Amino acid sequence: MSMGSLLEMKGITKVYPNGVLANDGVDFSVRKGEIHALVGENGAGKTTLMRVLFGLETPDEGEIYYKGSQLQISSPLQAIRSGIGMVHQHFMLAPSLTVTENIVLGVEPRKGLRFDWDQAVSKVKELAERYNLHVDPRAQIRDIPIGMRQKVEILKALLRGAELLVLDEPTAVLTPQETEELFASLMELKKQGHTMVFISHKLGEVKQITDRISVMRGGRMVGVRNTAEVSEADISRLMVGRDVLLRVNKPPAKPGKKVLEVESLSLFTPEGKALLDGVSFSVREGEILGIAGVEGNGQSELVEILTGLRQAHGGSLRIEGQLCTNAAPGQLRRLGVSHIPEDRMLHGVAVDAAIQENLMADRISKPDYSGKVFLRTKDIESTAKSLVQEFNIVARSPRTPVKMLSGGNIQKVVVAREFSSNPKLVIANQPTRGVDVGAIEFIHRKLVEICRSGVAVLLISADLNEVMSLSDRLLVFYGGRVVAGFSNADAVSEEELGLYMLGIKAQESAQLKEALA
Amino acid sequence: MGSTLKGIFSVGFGYSMLRVTTPILFAALGAVVSEKAGAVNIGLEGLMLISGVTGVIVSAWTQSAWLGLLAGLVLAVLFALFMGYFHIKLGTDMVLAGIAMNVIASGGTVFALFVASGDRGISSSLASKVLPTVELPLINKIPVIGPILSGHNVLTYFALLAVVGVWYFLYRTPLGLRLRAVGESPDSADSVGISVSKMRFLALGISGFLAGFGGCHLSMGYVSWFSRDMTAGRGFIGLAASALGGVHPIGTAIASLFFGFADALSNYMQSLSIPSEFVQMIPYLATVAALGVFARRQMSRERKGKKQAGREVA
Repeated sequence: MSMGSLLEMKGITKVYPNGVLANDGVDFSVRKGEIHALVGENGAGKTTLMRVLFGLETPDEGEIYYKGSQLQISSPLQAIRSGIGMVHQHFMLAPSLTVTENIVLGVEPRKGLRFDWDQAVSKVKELAERYNLHVDPRAQIRDIPIGMRQKVEILKALLRGAELLVLDEPTAVLTPQETEELFASLMELKKQGHTMVFISHKLGEVKQITDRISVMRGGRMVGVRNTAEVSEADISRLMVGRDVLLRVNKPPAKPGKKVLEVESLSLFTPEGKALLDGVSFSVREGEILGIAGVEGNGQSELVEILTGLRQAHGGSLRIEGQLCTNAAPGQLRRLGVSHIPEDRMLHGVAVDAAIQENLMADRISKPDYSGKVFLRTKDIESTAKSLVQEFNIVARSPRTPVKMLSGGNIQKVVVAREFSSNPKLVIANQPTRGVDVGAIEFIHRKLVEICRSGVAVLLISADLNEVMSLSDRLLVFYGGRVVAGFSNADAVSEEELGLYMLGIKAQESAQLKEALA
Repeated sequence: MGSTLKGIFSVGFGYSMLRVTTPILFAALGAVVSEKAGAVNIGLEGLMLISGVTGVIVSAWTQSAWLGLLAGLVLAVLFALFMGYFHIKLGTDMVLAGIAMNVIASGGTVFALFVASGDRGISSSLASKVLPTVELPLINKIPVIGPILSGHNVLTYFALLAVVGVWYFLYRTPLGLRLRAVGESPDSADSVGISVSKMRFLALGISGFLAGFGGCHLSMGYVSWFSRDMTAGRGFIGLAASALGGVHPIGTAIASLFFGFADALSNYMQSLSIPSEFVQMIPYLATVAALGVFARRQMSRERKGKKQAGREVA
């Protein structure tokens, strides 16, 4: 136990049932009274580490020391009682209840049988006053802005006596003004002796308010630094640094005519925050356009709009010159748009249905496969069989339910269906997430193959390695905007890409225009 | 037509409206409590049948209407918790659990009736008791209002008190606050250590308790016997009243009065020379119509909300 540590997590190892090693012997320590940043890419293991701390996940190995004594945390309630509070990224608030009701829920002051409303309000007011977290105690949660809801969350933790506050990406949902206000409050909390763990992707913010930084990558703790001694570029190098580049054999691209043209697409949250802010680009046949970026910067929303799952609030979308903004998914598919969704279990397959049923899902109404009354079972089976063979899907038979397959094979089912529908445009969103190395290599090869046969490919991936090795051209998303574009993906280094991805750098518009064309 | 209107505006009609509202109001309040906790009690209809038949049988055995009521309430609560066990502990869909409850009750009450009275249709061979009526002192002297409000079965007054009671419980006690939090955002309740399943059991228990009163009112107040499927959809009308009343006790009471009005109207018009099959449809048509109007209003409100959001963005 080192001097002045409030929290010490030692050798935390967590393997999820599906075999993912989320935390690999992680040491993490927080000193009393500091704001400590925990940074890392998605999937680096930050969330798992904090879930372990908050009793939501039981570690396979490792010990937690808090205030000098060992702690077994098996439930959130226990964490709260020990003085650890968590401000979740998705607020835990009941919208129709008032601010006061949400804050005192579970520890209500009472007068006889009654809920003592007046005392509750004055308690909340007093607390808000003390920590300079201004809220309207009588307002309903649904009527107040996001920034104030977050203050309610913080007050909720403080009322329960939290000394250590874990803030999970607290600025992700805030406007810049609200962020400034939050930072002022956090500094005030620090002054009054509270300790905070600040989880974030945004290095500018981390630099601004934290004292120390712990960086995680691939389930391991890769470094702890004093914030004052490192630059944003140093942190980003620690965060995104890769071991080796996976090489893909890729014949040179011969781009043809434009297949997809996106013109100043925009999308807003109900609160008016921009999720997509004037996004424009195009994809030509025979090329792979990669979109890199830390997750949550508008990529998912972009794909949802391109595939008809969500309506854009502004801008236009053309497939081979034909205007199809906000068309239905079926219409887009008929125009030749193929989609490998980022969540294959949710949007990619019907888990209880057989492999062959999943393979046929997008074409079952075509005359090749269905007659006037009955399905053409023989044709369906033979097509399915050949697809299973071609795409190397390892399964007992094409009738096996998809849920019996491994992640890699499920993804191959999706890829087989999407690639065999004669697409003009393939939208591949995180095509190799959570699949084994063999499947990754196979899917990469297929992507290059179909692209070079004259199909336009839009590849979205949070895996730098993947976008860099597959893409011909490359765009970087940050904050719902295209902040950088490279007409030759091979000419850009990881470090440089990292700076754009984390919003430290942005290209001039002239430079951007050239890469977007 | 003129005579119909005269009938509706008569004192007798006002009295009968309150009378027929009573079971609907109990069911509706039961719906409100369960819905607030996020486990809508679809089984109200069945619970009312169970308490109705229990009340009649036990009151015939003990020759005490009050003991009959008590037994009816206990059984309704037990069956509500039984349903809760399937939904909360075993993960059965609440709608399916509710339908199962209604089917069990529909058949089971006939079985119980046959065992107790030897009759499959009606309990008139049992010497069952009726809960007393209450004359309100002073109020019964007031012209017009007196005869409408006074002289009802004691459970009618219980129902009116229950409106206030449910409101007080939900909106003025810590337990009510927790119950509402569980219904609206189980995760946030869970994150502060409130047991979601305990609160849902509590809500279903209360909901069964209220339905129990409704059932006993039917068989030991409204009339003095139990007959098969005598609830005739009142449990479902109660659910409709709760939806129409915005899942708030006061709004729900007003909605229940509306359905009571339709019910009373149908009762009254049966004495006219209109085919009774048509007249009997009135309460159900009123339910469909009211829910339709309600849904339309809701939709237009949502559309307005969306437009507003759109404007803010622009």
